[in-house]
Amino acid sequence: MAKKLIVSLSPHIHGRDSVQRNMYGVCIALIPALLTSLYFFGVGAAVVLATSVAACVFFEWAITKYILRSNRLTVTDGSAVLTGLLLGFNLPSNLPVWIIIIGALVAIGVGKMTFGGLGCNPFNPALVGRVFLLVSFPVQMTTWPVPGQLSSYLDAETAATPLALMKEAVKSGDASVLDRLPDSIDLLVGQTGGCLGEVSALALLIGLAYMLARRIVTWHIPVSILLTVFVLSGLLHLYNPMYASPVPVLLTGGLMLGACFMATDYVTSPMTPKGQLIYGVAIGFLTVVIRTFGAYPEGMSFAILIMNAFTPLINTYCKPKRFGEVVKK
Amino acid sequence: MKTFKIGGVHPSENKFSAGAPVRRAGLPKQAVFSLYQHIGAPAKPVVAKGDVVKVGTMLAEADGFVSVPVHSSVSGKVSKIDAIVDASGYRRPAIFVDVEGDEWEESIDRTPDLVTLDRHPELTAEEIVSRIKAAGIVGMGGATFPCHVKLTPPKGTKAECVIINAVECEPYLTADHRLMLEKPDEILVGVSLIMKAVGVNKGYIGIENNKPDAIALLTEKAKAYPGIEVVPLRVKYPQGGEKQLIAAVTGREVPAPPALPIHVGAVVQNVGTTFAIYEAVMKNKPLFERVITVTGKDVKNPSNLLARIGTPMAQLVEECGGMPEDTGKVIGGGPMMGKALMNLEVPVCKGSSGLLLLSEKEARRMEPQPCIRCAKCVDACPMGLEPYLLATASALRNWELAEENHITSCIECGSCQYTCPSMRPILDNVRMGKTTVMALIRARNAK
Amino acid sequence: MNVILIAVIILGVVGLVSAVMLYAASKKFAVVEDERIGKVAEVLPQANCGGCGYPGCSGFAAACVKAADGGSLEGKLCPVGGQAVMEKVAGILGMAVEKAVPKVAVVRCNGTCANRPRVVEFDGVRSCRVQLLSGTGETACAFGCLGGGDCVSVCQFGAISINPETGIAEVDEKRCTACGACVKACPRKVIELRPKGPMSHRMVVLCVNRDKGAVANKVCKASCIGCGKCVKTCQFEAITLNNNLAYIDPAKCKLCRKCEEACPKGAIHAINFPPRKPKAEKPAVAAAPAQKAAPAVAEEKKEA
Repeated sequence: MAKKLIVSLSPHIHGRDSVQRNMYGVCIALIPALLTSLYFFGVGAAVVLATSVAACVFFEWAITKYILRSNRLTVTDGSAVLTGLLLGFNLPSNLPVWIIIIGALVAIGVGKMTFGGLGCNPFNPALVGRVFLLVSFPVQMTTWPVPGQLSSYLDAETAATPLALMKEAVKSGDASVLDRLPDSIDLLVGQTGGCLGEVSALALLIGLAYMLARRIVTWHIPVSILLTVFVLSGLLHLYNPMYASPVPVLLTGGLMLGACFMATDYVTSPMTPKGQLIYGVAIGFLTVVIRTFGAYPEGMSFAILIMNAFTPLINTYCKPKRFGEVVKK
Repeated sequence: MKTFKIGGVHPSENKFSAGAPVRRAGLPKQAVFSLYQHIGAPAKPVVAKGDVVKVGTMLAEADGFVSVPVHSSVSGKVSKIDAIVDASGYRRPAIFVDVEGDEWEESIDRTPDLVTLDRHPELTAEEIVSRIKAAGIVGMGGATFPCHVKLTPPKGTKAECVIINAVECEPYLTADHRLMLEKPDEILVGVSLIMKAVGVNKGYIGIENNKPDAIALLTEKAKAYPGIEVVPLRVKYPQGGEKQLIAAVTGREVPAPPALPIHVGAVVQNVGTTFAIYEAVMKNKPLFERVITVTGKDVKNPSNLLARIGTPMAQLVEECGGMPEDTGKVIGGGPMMGKALMNLEVPVCKGSSGLLLLSEKEARRMEPQPCIRCAKCVDACPMGLEPYLLATASALRNWELAEENHITSCIECGSCQYTCPSMRPILDNVRMGKTTVMALIRARNAK
Repeated sequence: MNVILIAVIILGVVGLVSAVMLYAASKKFAVVEDERIGKVAEVLPQANCGGCGYPGCSGFAAACVKAADGGSLEGKLCPVGGQAVMEKVAGILGMAVEKAVPKVAVVRCNGTCANRPRVVEFDGVRSCRVQLLSGTGETACAFGCLGGGDCVSVCQFGAISINPETGIAEVDEKRCTACGACVKACPRKVIELRPKGPMSHRMVVLCVNRDKGAVANKVCKASCIGCGKCVKTCQFEAITLNNNLAYIDPAKCKLCRKCEEACPKGAIHAINFPPRKPKAEKPAVAAAPAQKAAPAVAEEKKEA
């Protein structure tokens, strides 16, 4: 026989799923949120997102090529684009370019490549970048422009966000502050201040539905986070009305973005459905605790990072249900 | 509609030969009978060089309980007893017979009439099992476990139902499907024989609902056979796995090894085996021919051939329009669990359910990328294992970790590797780890 | 004044409480260590190079003590301290000082790409154990080196590598410490620990094929066919023939090199002898030259 046959072990066919398909799938799921952020923040959103994506892709490329000296370029797999998009969504639309670039460097350089690149990072890179910026530039990171100023960037007018109002209510013990909250429809659509990707819960939910339909993620993490937050904040609200009612809590801040896109990050979330439920519930719990009792008005990113650290532990102790396992009666 | 609960994938079916009626393959010039066509002790040759044999003559006898005899599928002269590279990729002892015509043993009933169980009320369970053993029947879905051993439940266990595996969940393969359409009555008689052999009065035939014609036909015919029920199943790979099929049909899960299906009261047989059992018991015909699907995207006439065991694969390829130009891989069996063959001289054996020709492009694996911990392998695993962990543990030679995480429960179905978006060779490593861990366990138990 | 006093008192109390806690903890959670481990570690070079294959010198000392309790120090060697240090270690542990014959790992296969044609192409994880599951590997030989590199991955010393040109494993004698890890890792038992021999001269049958002559001959040009000519030639009864395979007992071999000439297939090799004929090719000892390393990198990549 002229040509040698190939021998390999089964299976001999592959499902044609790929890293790219998943990464770009998530990017596609972010499109509704992208459009709404452009609609509400105009130029500012465009500048922030473009800078963030470009910087992340550049750092990924430069680090693989010049520091790791690997000949396998991972830029094309879409993970850097995704990190850039998510980082951008976690920033206010009036953030100066140089801060965004620092954020991207921390996200890709420290959050991802130091651990060995795709698949090895214990923490969600975009969140590492965001939290680094939040701690380093607290002023810039917590002044959010009012939506609707399409042509302004650095000069946009800012206003307190619903989360800040909620915090104020808890601090002052005065439930009447909460009356200044926008109504839930506005929160759902996005007529409120906040980070780029946070404004419209509806757009994020559309993205989640898309990801679920394409089986990019499973329902366990988002549903468990949202449910936990809803139940806990509901209990708090019943106990004392100075705590905001659960619906605005669900719809404000980074909760929806975090639950749908940040916590569901493949690399840093647990592997088994049971583990994912534990992870989701813990994130929800921590978020409510930080939002209500912590120093920062928003607790989502911290909650996710804390639980990222627990993921290996969860993986060790949460095993899937084995086939034929005898369930203790 | 029923199916198993944990994991599973949906490979594209590509059943090109589903509409091709079974046709006879020609006689080979030389037939080669491997002595390792079953799991267990190899058969012991009872012929010598120069002996004249007929179709159905026993060439080698069973060596022990977990072993079966091998019969000639051709008439001619034994030319040598040597070795040949078989589907396992290893050279193994085999008997070579030069073909000189097609003369059958007179004891074989060659009439096409259907013989039902009513006509032979005198058949006892023991008689059925001993005839099955004498005919050299093994699990014909590919596992090749001696059939009579499965029909002899170990002490302390009791069979409650018989399940016929007519799932054919492997993509491409259609041999069982065609057999069901063409020999429904024979199969149903075979089911009643198995039910009688293990002493139960409930038999299920599990068929995936991508074969509606077979479901309809068998459901109709089964009305005449008390206790036999056709169970349509939702399509999901690996439903044809014994444990998955039991779970799908009865809802019971077989515990981890060393437990056997009989521990949940089930006896599973492949539909091809069932047909062979019918022929063995009712027609006195040993297992020397079987239906094999020859297929592939570039194969001219994807067909279902009734081939004599011992026919070289090359001849079957010729009968289906020859080897396509850019064939890169030849697989004995289906694409999910079949074995890639070293060459085309490999003879058809009792467990050959298919011959699949993949083009070079289809065959070559893609470059593996880093694991992104997406957990798709965990979701796909029908045994509830963590393939990513087992593969890493095996690659790092951490056998304890692999064993703790039940690597020995792996059924090697390939769902994890099929689904992996990073194209990682998960099953390569898991299989290697499983083999090593099983050897370690054996060594420990031997102490 | 008052401030200073308070500060002193607070710090003092904190210090005292911590001291008590530390003392209690050190007593309660004290790890009882075999005192021999410390003694053994003292005679070790304390370079903590990890060359022995254990994490640092204390790790090696612990391993030695465990091995001594198991009855033998075989395979334990400190590459920095060498035989002298190992004798001291043996002395501390009360083991008989073995005058160990220096050994080296030998890959008993010469089935290079030229000698042993590749009949199929293996597409999958580059590991011998994985290849074995698919059959005889890329060649039709069911015994020889698979070239998957299981030995390479277990070698702590970088002493073994797959030559991209021949497709088989090669031992770097200078680096090999005869630890035996590769022998255990090789699923086909191709690698053997053999005495280095005087001036590293030794005679080896570079083949482990136990098939009958005709079959072995067909799959590889350099295979032992079990013809027995070497057995007849040897005047010292150093060569035995079992299962169609010749084996040279290093204890009896007098290095006369007669068998090398007698072998019709060139399966017997005289290693490290000064070249007698240009034909007496010694299996390259040195690591592959730099330009040959490139394909090896490519192969590793595939595995990763």
